[in-house]
Amino acid sequence: MQNKLATVSQILPFSCVDGPGSRLVIFLQGCNYNCKNCHNPHTINWCDHCGDCISTCPTQALTLVTTKGISRINWDSDLCTQCDICLSVCPKQSSPKTRQYGIDSLVTLIHHQRHFINGITVSGGEASLQLPFIIELFKAIKSTEALSHLTCMIDTNGSLSISGWHKLLPVLDGAMIDLKAWQEETHRYITGRDHHRVFQSLELLSQHAKLYEVRLLHIPNISDFDSEIEAVATYLKQLPNSVRIKLNAFQHHGVTGEARQWGTCSEAQMLELAARLTERGVTNLVLPNVYL
Amino acid sequence: MAFQDNLVKIISDPNLSPKQKSNYLALAAEASLPYLPISKEINQAKEAGIICDMFEGHAPFKPRYVLPDYAKYLQQGSQYLELTQATNLDEALNALTIIYHHVPSVTSIPVYLGQLDDILMPYTDGVDAESIYRKLKLFWIMLDRTLPDAFMHVNIGPSDNIICRTILRIDAELKQIAPNLTFMYDPDITPDDLLQIATSNICECSKPHIANYPIHAKAYDGQGFGIVSCYNSLPLAGGANTLVRLNLKEVALKALNVEDFFANTLPHYCQLTYELIETRAKFLHEESNFFNSFLVKEGLIEESRFAPMFGIYGMAEAVNILQNNPELTENDLEKPSKHYGHNQTANQLGHRISKALDTIVKSTPVTYGYHGRALLHSQGGISIDKDVTPGVRIPYGTEPNPIAHIQALAEHHQYYTSGISDILTIDETVKYNSQAMFQLCKGALSLGFREFTANVASNDLVRVTGYMIKLSDIATFKQQGSRTNTTGLGAEAAEVTGILNRKPRVAAQELSPNYAE
Ligand code: SF4
Ligand code: SF4
Repeated sequence: MQNKLATVSQILPFSCVDGPGSRLVIFLQGCNYNCKNCHNPHTINWCDHCGDCISTCPTQALTLVTTKGISRINWDSDLCTQCDICLSVCPKQSSPKTRQYGIDSLVTLIHHQRHFINGITVSGGEASLQLPFIIELFKAIKSTEALSHLTCMIDTNGSLSISGWHKLLPVLDGAMIDLKAWQEETHRYITGRDHHRVFQSLELLSQHAKLYEVRLLHIPNISDFDSEIEAVATYLKQLPNSVRIKLNAFQHHGVTGEARQWGTCSEAQMLELAARLTERGVTNLVLPNVYL
Repeated sequence: MAFQDNLVKIISDPNLSPKQKSNYLALAAEASLPYLPISKEINQAKEAGIICDMFEGHAPFKPRYVLPDYAKYLQQGSQYLELTQATNLDEALNALTIIYHHVPSVTSIPVYLGQLDDILMPYTDGVDAESIYRKLKLFWIMLDRTLPDAFMHVNIGPSDNIICRTILRIDAELKQIAPNLTFMYDPDITPDDLLQIATSNICECSKPHIANYPIHAKAYDGQGFGIVSCYNSLPLAGGANTLVRLNLKEVALKALNVEDFFANTLPHYCQLTYELIETRAKFLHEESNFFNSFLVKEGLIEESRFAPMFGIYGMAEAVNILQNNPELTENDLEKPSKHYGHNQTANQLGHRISKALDTIVKSTPVTYGYHGRALLHSQGGISIDKDVTPGVRIPYGTEPNPIAHIQALAEHHQYYTSGISDILTIDETVKYNSQAMFQLCKGALSLGFREFTANVASNDLVRVTGYMIKLSDIATFKQQGSRTNTTGLGAEAAEVTGILNRKPRVAAQELSPNYAE
C-alpha cells in the first residue's frame, strides 16, 4: 500500500498561515476548479509532457527523458533559476517543476522537521484530488510514534464528495475550506463550478467538529458576500463558534487573464465587510495581515 | 592638531548629548596614549583587520562587562554607597537604581541589571499584584530614560513567579528598546504557558531572547551566570575583562587550503589573539587599579571570576573561501547552493572550525581567566564590519527558512560558552500566530541552541494565504502606481516600537564604539 505517489508542486517547511501553529505545507499539483482569480494558475493542471516548455528554458534545466517508449519531462532543480518562463509558455496551465513523492520520502522529510512544527497541511491545487495518497500519508503520520503529535489538516475548495470525506475523516484533524461565493451563479462565474458540494462539505465537517476555518475571498464588485450580507451572516452564525472566519482580500499577485482587470480589495473595503459581518453578530473573524 | 580637531568635532557635534560627548572625549583621550606594548606581529595583524580589540581603548581601566551579585548587595547594603540592607520592594528597587550608576562597562552603562526575579522575589511578601505592577512599571520607564542603551540586559526565569510574569507584561506593554531582556527557559522548570507568554512577546516587540538555561548553567559553577549585552553568557559576580576577536575570513584568506588552515593558519592567529588578550588583561588587572573598587571590597564581584572572551566572526566567509565557493548572488537563493548555511558539507566544515576553536580555547591557559581559561564567543558584529558576517551567522539576506536555518547552526552552539546569537528572520505572519513562534523556539532549544532570538519585522518574504510575496518587489510595484492600498511595513514596525524617533536618545554604543560623524 505504501507505493502511492503524489505530484507535489512545492513543499514549504515552515508556514504560519496554513492552520494552527507552525506547519509544514505540501502543495499538490492539479485542481478541478478554474478560478479566474487563481494566484497560482500553473498548479491547476497536470503536465502532459508535451515538451513545449523545454526549448524556452534559458538554463537547459528541462529535458525530455524517454524510458520504455514513454516520454516524461525532467526538471533539474540545480540548473533552474526560477525565472518561471516555462510556466508562462505552458499551454496547459501546468508546470514542469513538480516532483513525485512517495509516502516514505514525505514521512522522512516530516520526521526531520518534527521538533519545529505542530502539524502538516496538504494544500494545492486541490489536495483532495489525490485523496488516496492523503489518507495513506495521514495514516502513516498517525501511526509513527515520533510523529503522532502532529495534526493533519487539509486546505480545500470543498468539492470533495461526502463519501470521500468519510474516508478521510478518521485521520483528519481539521480542514480549511474556501467558500468562493454565496450565489450559485457568482460561484460559477468565478470558479466554473457549482457550489452545492462546498455547502455539503461545510456542514459535514461542522458536524464532526473538524471545520477549522472558512475562507471568504472578497473581490469588490465581483464576489457577493457584501451584496448578500444578511444571508451570509446568518449562514456563518450557525456554524460552530470555534470555526475561524478568515477574510481574504483579493490582490493581483500571480493572477492572469480577465481577473487582472478586477479591482483589488483595499484595507478599507475589507474592514467595511468585516464591520458589517460583526454588526450582524458574526464572531471569530480573522483579517488579513497585509494587503499586498 | 588632528587630535584637537577631533576633540572639537566631538564637542560641537549637533547630535550628541553632553554625556555622550564626555564619553567620546574620554575615549579620544585614552586613544591618544600609546598602545600597550605589543609585538610587531600582533600589531600587523591588528592593522590588517585579522585581530580586533573592539576599540576597547589603548589602556583598559575597566572590564568590558561586569556582573555584580545584586542579590548579595540588597541583602547586605553597601558601606561605600551608605545604604543599609533593603527591607521591602521600594527599598530594593531604589537600591538597584543607585548601584546601576556605579557599575562600569565598556560603554559606561551597565550591561547587566541582574536576574531580577530572583533578586526581587524575597521582597514581594505581602505586596499585592497591582502594586508590584505599578512599581515595576515605573522602574522599567526609569531604566529606559536614564540608561538608554539597548545592550543593558535584564534576566528573568526559568522559574514561574510574579516578578517574571509582571516584567513580561510590562515589557510587552511599553515596547521600549531598553532594557534588553533574556528569559531563561528550562524544560524541567518552566511551564509551557509561561514560555508561551514570552514567545508571544517576541511577536509583539522582538523581546525577550530565550536562553537555554540548562546548557548555560552547566557551563558555570554554582555561583551562577548572567546573560548580558549582546547575549554574552558570563560568570555572575565576575564578568569579562576583555574581548578580542579573530576575523576568520581573513584567516581563511591566508591559508593555502583546508589542511593548512587547521594545521597552521588558525593556530597561529589564535596564538596572536592570546598574546593580545594577555597584554590587555594584565594591564587591567595589574596596572589600572580597577580591582580596588568597592564592588570588589564589598564582595559583589571577585577578580578570579573575570575571563577574557575569545571572539570570532566571519565564519560564513571563511567556509566559503576554504571551499572556493563563488560569491552568492540573489538569484541563487532559491536553489540548492554550495554555500555556508545551505549545504551540508559547508555547514560541517563550519562545525569543524568551531570544534577546533573550542579545543584551542579549552586548552590554552591565560593568567586572568575563569578557571584559568578564556571563553569562546561568537561575536555579533560592530558597525564598521563590511563584507564579513557576525559570528557564525549565515549572511544576512541569504538565510534559508527558519527551520533549515536552525538545523544548519545548532551544532555550533555547544562550543560557544560565553555566548552565540543567531538571529532568525521570520516573516510577519508569525505575529498573528504566536504558537508557531513557541514551537520554533522549543525546537531550536531542543536541538541545542543556547539562545533563541527572532527578528520578525525585517523579513523581505511574506506569505499571504495562497501565495508568497517579496516586500521589496511590491514596494517598486507600488511606486509605479497601482491602485492597491499601502501599508508600509517598515513604517508600521517603526511605529509599533517607536524605533525611529527614539534613535537619538537610545543608543547601542557597543555597535559603534568609536566616534564617527
Ligand atoms: S509543463 Fe506544460 S509545456 Fe511543459 S511539458 Fe508539461 S504540459 Fe508541456
Ligand atoms: S523556471 Fe527553471 S525550469 Fe522554468 S524556464 Fe526558468 S530556469 Fe527553466
